Amino acid sequence: MPYLTINHLEKSFGPTRVVKDFNLSVDKGEFISLLGPSGCGKTTVLRIVAGFEEPSAGSVQIDGRDVTNQRPNQRNIGMVFQAYALFPNLTVAQNVGFGLKIAGIGRAEAATRTAEMLRLIGLPDLGGRYPFQLSGGQQQRVALARALAPKPRVLLLDEPLSALDAKIRVSLRQEIRQIQQQLGITTIFVTHDQEEALSMSDRVVVMNGGIAEQIGTPFDIYNKPATPFVAGFVGSHTGFDAQVIDPAAGIVAIDGAQLSLGQQLTALKGATIRLALRPEAARLGRADGRETLLKGRVVQVQFMGSIIRLSAMVGDTALTLDTFNRPDTPPPPLGTEVEISVAARDFIILGGAGDGIATEQTPETQRLA
Amino acid sequence: MTDQAALNTSTVTNPPKARRSVGSLFSWAMFTFAVLYFALPLIGMFEFSLRKRRGTYSFDAYTTVLQDPQFQATFTYSVVMSLVTIALGLALVLPAAIWVRIRLPKMRPVIEFITLLPLVIPVIVIAFGYLRMFNTSSFLPMTGSASATNVLLAFGYATLALPYMYRAIDNGLRTLDVQTLTEAAQILGAGWFTIIFKIMLPNVFTALLSGAFLTFSIVLGEYVFAALLDRPAFGPYMIWTGGNRAYEPAALAVIAFTITWGCMGLIQLAGRLFPHTRAKR
Repeated sequence: MPYLTINHLEKSFGPTRVVKDFNLSVDKGEFISLLGPSGCGKTTVLRIVAGFEEPSAGSVQIDGRDVTNQRPNQRNIGMVFQAYALFPNLTVAQNVGFGLKIAGIGRAEAATRTAEMLRLIGLPDLGGRYPFQLSGGQQQRVALARALAPKPRVLLLDEPLSALDAKIRVSLRQEIRQIQQQLGITTIFVTHDQEEALSMSDRVVVMNGGIAEQIGTPFDIYNKPATPFVAGFVGSHTGFDAQVIDPAAGIVAIDGAQLSLGQQLTALKGATIRLALRPEAARLGRADGRETLLKGRVVQVQFMGSIIRLSAMVGDTALTLDTFNRPDTPPPPLGTEVEISVAARDFIILGGAGDGIATEQTPETQRLA
Repeated sequence: MTDQAALNTSTVTNPPKARRSVGSLFSWAMFTFAVLYFALPLIGMFEFSLRKRRGTYSFDAYTTVLQDPQFQATFTYSVVMSLVTIALGLALVLPAAIWVRIRLPKMRPVIEFITLLPLVIPVIVIAFGYLRMFNTSSFLPMTGSASATNVLLAFGYATLALPYMYRAIDNGLRTLDVQTLTEAAQILGAGWFTIIFKIMLPNVFTALLSGAFLTFSIVLGEYVFAALLDRPAFGPYMIWTGGNRAYEPAALAVIAFTITWGCMGLIQLAGRLFPHTRAKR
């Protein structure tokens, strides 16, 4: 039985429907990320779970009890905010102990718990400092300790890493995940950063336009995107329109060149389906196991440190591919004619993994190409 | 560097230096003028207040004022009234300002306009309005007894102090993310009482003190309300003294200035007493 259930959630602000029939079941101890662009409704869902927003329809249940009509201070939920939201007039220890004091926990027990929390976040000696005397990363750790101190049933994280610099973000996300696993607390994490969502979560909910486009493990979300939006939002890809030649054998044609996708397609013969290819699936030059060879001209080179991202025009399509950075192999100059090898099995069929559902050429799918 | 180059450099750098020194001279002249403009009358007034005894400087005027039972009674009355007004103003303005920031942000311009009205409407108009609304033959007679009139006067003072009190508190709240802090406290189980008194109040305490001291100054010097409601306040006493004595009004003015400056000093001191406010300065 799921620990947290969100049923048919709807939320409108005036005439604008921000959340549309949103459903989610979260198991106890699970780490779920709500991932999506700005305005997709992810923060609204989180705020409804916290009790800060009232849903227009639907319900929220925690541990079998309907909490939809409960006030935020009755729900026993912990929350970490993007802007830290530490109380400036209280010391670190007083901030961490705030919830315990409200809950009527005895002074000695509260002090023990506070010390325990400060040790958990690695700041055991900073209890006497004020928030303004801490760095951003330290403040967010204290905010996490404060949220966890009263032993909440659910932990909500509202883009807690957004205000931090890149290095702190990476180290803090690992710490948050470690602490969450250590305590086994059910957690919902809101982010627009796919790397954070994929690296931290047990499951990811990709949201767009107020609906959950796909709910799945990071592996599935990345490798089997259910919709063109998910494929476009999570990671990079090159989109292709392919004509179905033989649905049973999984053979399609891209710009006249035939290739076998290695799986049966449900789309009819002659239909157009949408395929996507991740940058890491293509190789510069010939490579074993990659039977399809494409010829292209390098039009863009992005040096990204450990990898180099190339963009090459293959026919009318700008194909993106990643190569590992090797000091002895500089990237090809712009305008170089190159060979690119791909494996047909690496093509992702958009609009339902393995279904090969024919997609309409909407402006959005056009844009993905 | 050649001589020609040195010459060029000096011709290039000299004009800005000259401009800077002229600018600096002008700034100092303006500063000196401002100091003299404000300080000279005060020095003159203080000097005059010391001349009660012929041929020598003395504090006789101050002794007379401080020993006057009417001074003690009216001053005590006004101090008590100002404390009541501060409490009333805080009880009214702090929750309202927080509520406007959290729930009604679009109403802020309207609320600000309302709080400015006491500056636009003459006090005598407000006082007459009160007398019409709350006289002994009205639905809520508040001028029938001294205690009820005192309450009415406190409400009147709170209205007069509203622009200063609201602005001071609103400025204090502007330095805080009120919405998020409120939500952070709520999710930790806090109710509104805890949020206002444990979170908001300590964080806007310095701003609140400045609002309180401004209120204190206004109440201490207010004449129209107290005179029309016939209450024994310090404002009417100062006017009465000014009309009947020579040196004592100057002594009273110096005392009033000292109290005001003392209040300003206390605001600064209070700011330093709270460690969490150090970062803001």
